Amino acid sequence: MSPRSRLHVPDPPARPGQEPDFSYVHISPAGAVPRPDVTASVRDIEQLALEMVRVLDDDQRAVGAWNPHVEPRELQVALRHMLLTRLFDDRMQKIQRQGRISFYIKSTGEEAVAVAQGMALEPGDMLFPSYRQQGLQVVRGRNLVELMCQCLSNTHDMCKGRQMPIMYHWGEGNIFSISGNLATQFPQAVGWAMAAAIKGEDRIAASWIGEGSSAEADFHYAMTFAAVYQAPVILNLVNNQWAISTFQGFAGGEHKTFAQRGPGYGIPGIRVDGNDFLAVYAVTQWAAQRARQSAGPTLIEHVTYRAGAHSTSDDPSRYRPKDEWQAWPLGDPIMRLKAHLIALGEWSEERHAQLQRELEAHVTACWKEAESYGTLTGGPALDPLTMFEDVFREMPPNLVRQREELRALRSAQADARQAAPSRAQEG
Amino acid sequence: MARMNMVQALNSAMDVMLGRDPRVVILGEDVGFFGGVFRVTDGLQRKYGEHRVLDTPIAEGGIIAAAIGMGVNGLKPVAEIQFADYIYPGFDQVVSELARLRYRTAGEFHAPVTIRTPCGGGIRGGQTHSQSPEAIFTHVCGIKVVMPSNPYDAKGLLISSIEDEDPVVFFEPKRIYNGPFDGDPHKPAVPWSAHTKGEVPDGHYTVPIGRAEVVRAGGDVTVLTYGTMVHVAEAAVRLLGVDAEIVDVRTMAPLDVDTLCTSVCKTGRCVVVHEATRFAGYGAELVATVQEQCFWNLEAPVQRVTGWDTPYPHAFEWDYFPGPARVAAALKEVLEAAA
Repeated sequence: MSPRSRLHVPDPPARPGQEPDFSYVHISPAGAVPRPDVTASVRDIEQLALEMVRVLDDDQRAVGAWNPHVEPRELQVALRHMLLTRLFDDRMQKIQRQGRISFYIKSTGEEAVAVAQGMALEPGDMLFPSYRQQGLQVVRGRNLVELMCQCLSNTHDMCKGRQMPIMYHWGEGNIFSISGNLATQFPQAVGWAMAAAIKGEDRIAASWIGEGSSAEADFHYAMTFAAVYQAPVILNLVNNQWAISTFQGFAGGEHKTFAQRGPGYGIPGIRVDGNDFLAVYAVTQWAAQRARQSAGPTLIEHVTYRAGAHSTSDDPSRYRPKDEWQAWPLGDPIMRLKAHLIALGEWSEERHAQLQRELEAHVTACWKEAESYGTLTGGPALDPLTMFEDVFREMPPNLVRQREELRALRSAQADARQAAPSRAQEG
Repeated sequence: MARMNMVQALNSAMDVMLGRDPRVVILGEDVGFFGGVFRVTDGLQRKYGEHRVLDTPIAEGGIIAAAIGMGVNGLKPVAEIQFADYIYPGFDQVVSELARLRYRTAGEFHAPVTIRTPCGGGIRGGQTHSQSPEAIFTHVCGIKVVMPSNPYDAKGLLISSIEDEDPVVFFEPKRIYNGPFDGDPHKPAVPWSAHTKGEVPDGHYTVPIGRAEVVRAGGDVTVLTYGTMVHVAEAAVRLLGVDAEIVDVRTMAPLDVDTLCTSVCKTGRCVVVHEATRFAGYGAELVATVQEQCFWNLEAPVQRVTGWDTPYPHAFEWDYFPGPARVAAALKEVLEAAA
């Protein structure tokens, strides 16, 4: 037989009905990875891309050189942010199931990434998230009512009814607009950071991308531009193992870690336990310090697990074992931080239950307020004529004409409704 | 007033804006140290430094994405895409991001980016250096699309584009960078110095976006065109010796319907000319607009003269290019049609 090529099609270790298998995930012991100086040269720290920075050990203690020594009071705030993010997600998912919003995306299991990074960065730093970092909004103090109103496309919707749920933005909070076109924000964040450097600011940018969308050319653009101009930016790749139904092997994760792509571009790559609040906080601090002192960008691979469906339109039981999350070796980020605080004597089951009740009541109150500004089916509604605004700063003549056409059409419809009273009124 | 060709006029526009507004930055492949493959940014990096005029990696998607990020962070980036034929890797960033950022954030974020890109054929560039993709961009809501036909307009429109708070795709017909090419490659080249529109003020001035210009007044037929084809149409009109009115559209989006339709309603006859391919081309929009606005004044079916619906061929350039003979034939047909 003459040699022939054979196409390799990546296959996940387990499909529905099979035993979950995460033996492919290399995990370093907590505290084992050395913490280099923030000015270290890329070639001297390539090992960071292969290992896994972890601070919380199996006994819920914080260990090793990467321990950021965060005050217990700050850790309690972090726990609150993560728990609020999860409860908000759970509630919005339920609300979607009741048909009260059209769509939702949860971040369950990945809360430590957004919350730890949001807390490790400065309020002036500009964030370019993907759609699974709602924890950033929570950390920066966003009123949940505003997020809910966006999901409802109601009269208080920041997007004026132009976007499907979860495509938030927040100018005042320095959080960029979330795009449904994946990965586009990654090189935009680099451009933002280049501008900060051109202007000589001390603000930096951070962006998030999934391991799946790292296959997009935008990832390559971002890495190339960040490396070329040594842009003050933190590029985060959230490896949650699943891109809808394709496992991380389909993004090229079978042969090398995603963090290893960093050194290939001349950018430090750090692989971190994404479910370890303290580890994520520590590597973010490291990368932020590096960026702020013109030592260049960092690629951080957050190893985590997408505990929920991709979105409310997805059914993961069709392509992965139902109990896969239970088998995930890095656990649940909220449970781990909670256990750490309890081990420190700074938290208790009672306080946790109390906090959970308090936050649930808060989410309920927020939803009630959000609904008062209009729902999909009733209450105050946005004026459809506003759809012609903001295409350009000033409305060009063709849009003025089209708006007037719609205005006339709507007023004719309203007249017709008035002229022909309903049967109920006649009866 | 100085004599400038289109390259110098565009250079002068950026020079003026870099000098006036510290937010303006230029970025693109070869635009910095070298000054651009067409020399449009020549000398600007030397004058303003490498933080204002940046050479970039060869990555059109990255250039446009970075420009968006810079725009969000308060700069006014002018990105050069070396050939319009190379713009497609950046198309997603233009269509899904740049064009809709203001809309999707209800005005909270926007990116005032100008994308300059040389377009059009007549330079033996084959299918990868000759395209006229303006219609693809006019179909996108949220960007302005501009194409000048002479040095004076080029400078004034580029300054307007850079000053605009909305994104602009600025097409530069490269065949007329050095002179007003009339479609006959066998005639000696004519420089801009002999043309009235080659007189360009040194300082700041603007030509407004969204305004067409009647470049030749006439009473019998209207030619709607833009870019290189303005000069081809002028040659065709001279060839036939007819009393045609030529309207240089200048801004494809937003379109100056009033100027166009006032002319067509006056003459009652119309020929639409562009270099780009015909099917679903920008001419289709012009013909539809004329039909909507001028139907009762029309005395003949509106004609289109365009590139053929093939990729731009290398060896058959002058059979492909819609030269003055084809424009003249269309004018004749429209003028001879019985009312």
